[in-house]
Amino acid sequence: MRKLLSSKWTKVVVFLLCLVPLGALAWRAFHGGLGANPVEFVQHATGDWILRFLVFTLAITPLRKLLHLPELIRFRRMLGLFAFFYACLHFLTYIGPDQSFVLSAMWKDVAKRRYITVGFAAFLLLMPLAITSTTGWIRRLGGKRWQQLHRAIYASAVLGVIHYFWLVKSDVRKPLFYGALVAILLLWRLGDWFFKRRSQAPVRITAPGVSMND
Amino acid sequence: MLIRKAPELTNADITPKSVYLDRRKFLQAMGIAGATAAAGRGLWELAFATQTAFAATKLTGLAKSPFSTTEKQNTFEDVTHYNNFYEFGTDKGDPAKNSKNFNTSSWSVSVEGEVKKPRKFSMDEILKIAPLEERIYRHRCVEAWSIVVPWIGFSFSNLINLVEPTAKAQFVAFQSYFDHRQMPQGKYAGIDFPYVEGLRMDEAMNPLALLCVGMYGETLPNQDGAPVRMVLPWKYGFKSIKSLVKIKFQQKMPPTTWNLSAPGEYGFYSNVNPSVDHPRWAQSKERRLGEIFKRPTLMFNGYGDQVASLYNGMDLKKNY
Repeated sequence: MRKLLSSKWTKVVVFLLCLVPLGALAWRAFHGGLGANPVEFVQHATGDWILRFLVFTLAITPLRKLLHLPELIRFRRMLGLFAFFYACLHFLTYIGPDQSFVLSAMWKDVAKRRYITVGFAAFLLLMPLAITSTTGWIRRLGGKRWQQLHRAIYASAVLGVIHYFWLVKSDVRKPLFYGALVAILLLWRLGDWFFKRRSQAPVRITAPGVSMND
Repeated sequence: MLIRKAPELTNADITPKSVYLDRRKFLQAMGIAGATAAAGRGLWELAFATQTAFAATKLTGLAKSPFSTTEKQNTFEDVTHYNNFYEFGTDKGDPAKNSKNFNTSSWSVSVEGEVKKPRKFSMDEILKIAPLEERIYRHRCVEAWSIVVPWIGFSFSNLINLVEPTAKAQFVAFQSYFDHRQMPQGKYAGIDFPYVEGLRMDEAMNPLALLCVGMYGETLPNQDGAPVRMVLPWKYGFKSIKSLVKIKFQQKMPPTTWNLSAPGEYGFYSNVNPSVDHPRWAQSKERRLGEIFKRPTLMFNGYGDQVASLYNGMDLKKNY
C-alpha cells in the first residue's frame, strides 16, 4: 500500500480521476445530457464537486494519522487545487450565464443575497491558498505561517456548506450531509489538538521556564 | 439507437406538436400496441415502455384563446422532465421518475364552503363544464426560470358560476391530493402536505385563471399535476396548485403552503414582480429554459393588462 502511494504513477492516476467530473460534464454537453436547464445542471454539478474535493482535502490529515499512511500527504495539494479548479468553473457559470459578465450587477448581487455572499467569501478564501500552494511559497512564508494561512480552508468549507444550506428551499438533506462530513473532519482536528496539548502539558510542568527549543 | 433519438428530436427546432406527432408515428412504426396508454411521457420512456400507468388521452376540438402568446413553446420533454412537484421529490427530475404509478382514476373534486350548490365533480363532469381551450401561457417559477406551455382547460370562473358562491365568499382555498403511500418521497420535502393554496375571489374570477386538464394536446401527465390543476400565469408557479381535490369558498384568507413554510419569503399574493426580490432569487431576471443568458422578468409576468387592476391601491412590496 505504502509503495503504491509513493509511486509517481499513482499521482498521475489520481490527477486523471480528478478530471473525470469535468469529462462527464463535457460528455453530457455533447450528448444532450444536461437536461432542460443546462446552466443549472453545471452549477449544481460543479458545486457538488467543490464540496467533495474540500472534504477529500480535509480528510487527508486524519486518514494519514489514523491509518499510519504518511504518503497520503502527496495528494493533498492536488486535491485542494482541484477544489479551487471546480470553484473557478462554478464561479464562471455564475458571473457568465447568471450575471451576463456585468461586474456591477454581480457586486450588487453578492452584497444583497446572503447565500451568494457566503459562497463568494468561500471562493475568495480559496484564492490565496491556491496561489501559495507552491513549494516556493511554503519556503517564502515558512512552514508555520504557511500552515496558519492554509487553515483558511476550514472557513471556506464551512461557508461552502452554509452557501448550500441557504440555497435549498426546504429539503436540506444534501447540505446537511456535507455539513456532517465537514463537522466530523474539523472536530477530529479539535480532538487531535486537545489531546496533543494534554500529552505535552506534563513536559512543561516538569521543566518550568525552559523553552523546548533550547 | 433509440436512446439517441430523444435528444435529436428535442434539440431540433420543431414545434412540440410535431414532436408529439412524430412520437405517435414512431410508435405505430414500431408496432407497439397499446403503447398509447403510456403516451404523455418522454420519448425515451415510451420507447422502453415498461410502465403503463394512467393513460394520456388526446384532447380534441380545442378552441384558440386570445390570451395565448406567440412565443416559442418549450418542448414537451422539458416541461415533463424539469419541474417541481415536491410530493414526488425535490429534484427537478423527480416528479417524472416517481409519479409513474400515480393512480388518478376515479378522481373527484369536492367544492364546498360558502356556495349555494356544494357538490363533487367527477373528471367527466369537469371536462363538460365549459368548452376546452388551448392557452399558451408564460409560466414563471419563483426560482427564476420560466417556460412557455400550451395548457388546456377553461376559465376557472365557469366552475365558480356553477356552484353560486354566497356573498360571504371572499376567498377560494385549494387543496392538493396527498397520499404518503403513493407519494413516499413527500416526507423529505420539508413542507407540510397536503399542499394548500388560495386566491382572492376577484383573482379567481379573472378569466386568465385557468382550470387546467391538459397540455400539448393531451390530458395532463402525472408529474405536471394530473388530472386537474390550476394555472395562474401572472403568479409564481407554486401558486398554480396541482392534482386538485378540494376547492373551498370562504370568508377568511386561507393559509398557503409556502407561506406557512417561510412567511418572509413567500406571500399570499406571490404575483410575478421583478422589483420585489426573493432573498434567494433576484426576481428582476429569469432564465427561459432553452436559453443560456437571463432575460428581464415582466411585471405580472407580462399579464398586467388583464390583472393589474386587481391590485389597484395595494402596496405590492408589502403584499408580495
